[in-house]
Amino acid sequence: MRQTRTIEISTGFFIILGFAALFFLATETTNIGAYGDSGGYVVTASFTNVGGLKVRAPVTMAGVDVGRVTAIRLNPQTFNAVVSMRISNTYNEIPDDSTASILTSGLLGEQYIGLSAGGSEKFLKNDSKIQYTQSALILENLIGQFLSSKASSGSK
Amino acid sequence: MRLLREMYYILLDFLQSMGACWLFLLRILRCIPGALLRWRIIWQQIYSVGAMSLVLIMMSGLFVGMVLGLQGFNTLSKFAATTALGTLVALSLLRELGPVVTALLFSGRAGTALTSEIGLMRATEQIAGMEMMAVDPIRRIVVPRFLAGAISVPLLTMIFSAVGLLGGYLVGVSLMGVDPGAFWSQMRTNVDLWDDVINGLIKSVVFGGACSLLAVYEGYYSHPTAEGVSRATTRTVVNSALAVLVLDYLLTALMFHGV
Repeated sequence: MRQTRTIEISTGFFIILGFAALFFLATETTNIGAYGDSGGYVVTASFTNVGGLKVRAPVTMAGVDVGRVTAIRLNPQTFNAVVSMRISNTYNEIPDDSTASILTSGLLGEQYIGLSAGGSEKFLKNDSKIQYTQSALILENLIGQFLSSKASSGSK
Repeated sequence: MRLLREMYYILLDFLQSMGACWLFLLRILRCIPGALLRWRIIWQQIYSVGAMSLVLIMMSGLFVGMVLGLQGFNTLSKFAATTALGTLVALSLLRELGPVVTALLFSGRAGTALTSEIGLMRATEQIAGMEMMAVDPIRRIVVPRFLAGAISVPLLTMIFSAVGLLGGYLVGVSLMGVDPGAFWSQMRTNVDLWDDVINGLIKSVVFGGACSLLAVYEGYYSHPTAEGVSRATTRTVVNSALAVLVLDYLLTALMFHGV
């Protein structure tokens, strides 16, 4: 009887430990909770080129994480990329003339969206569109420009 | 010609054991609702296959995580990207190493025990005795062990990954001096709940089912001799390892394309 009890207690301990590990992994290693699918508001911005931007890339303002990219689509009329991003409700006073630019963290790092504040009195809200955008830097274009400027300055 | 015929028979044998295994799984699945009522037996089996494997799993997880931390640090420091160590350790553990290594260890630690236990019951005619008493041996012996294995492996996998993560943290942050904030924050931005944690969990559920099924199948159909039981035990480990690695490739190809 006593032995059965020990076995059952150990089993219970094992199962609780397993679920605790699952809970630990789900909450501590992922960004769950910070930007759930419900919290926050969605704004869109259109870029001529998003480069290597991916869904779930961070949206930052002055380096602080304020949201996530939720979708990237192609607008079939303008052939621009339309990026939807969900911004946390904590930051609901971002001026509506802010600029969204696609930046790279580090030399070869992930691409993310940086917002820089404008001066408007009105704030971004759900479904509003960011007017001013700056596309991703494409390394090949940059090198091409550099080479052609070199060539034209060399011919003078 | 003779070689061809040999190969034909080997293929036929393979197909036969595969089919028998599936039919055995169907018989087990049919008995599960009835067996769940007798949860006390399952509970005791979880103790012997799951809780008893805990120390092995935790020690292995700790050292796998520590090795990952050390190797990852050495390689990443060449690119001055040691802050990505957390991402590296977490993704390798959650997606691949956790489920696969746990399943392999489980089949070595608990799968063999299941096979030899059931095989010895067959050899000492306990199973025949149960049939004589109109007790279904599948329901009384096989199903609780199968369920206990299938429940234990996912839990062990999660414990393995969590302990491994702590091991990686220990080496990376405490010994090698990676910034702890960067370690966690990089991990959090790059690890996704559904893509990584839940997919790893799905993998471990499949592996747990496969390893437990193979263990009880080999035991139940082992030859009732000392040699037969020992062969069945060997086959359990070999087949489980192959099944886990093949299934891992298939599941990875299904889950992680484009992530």
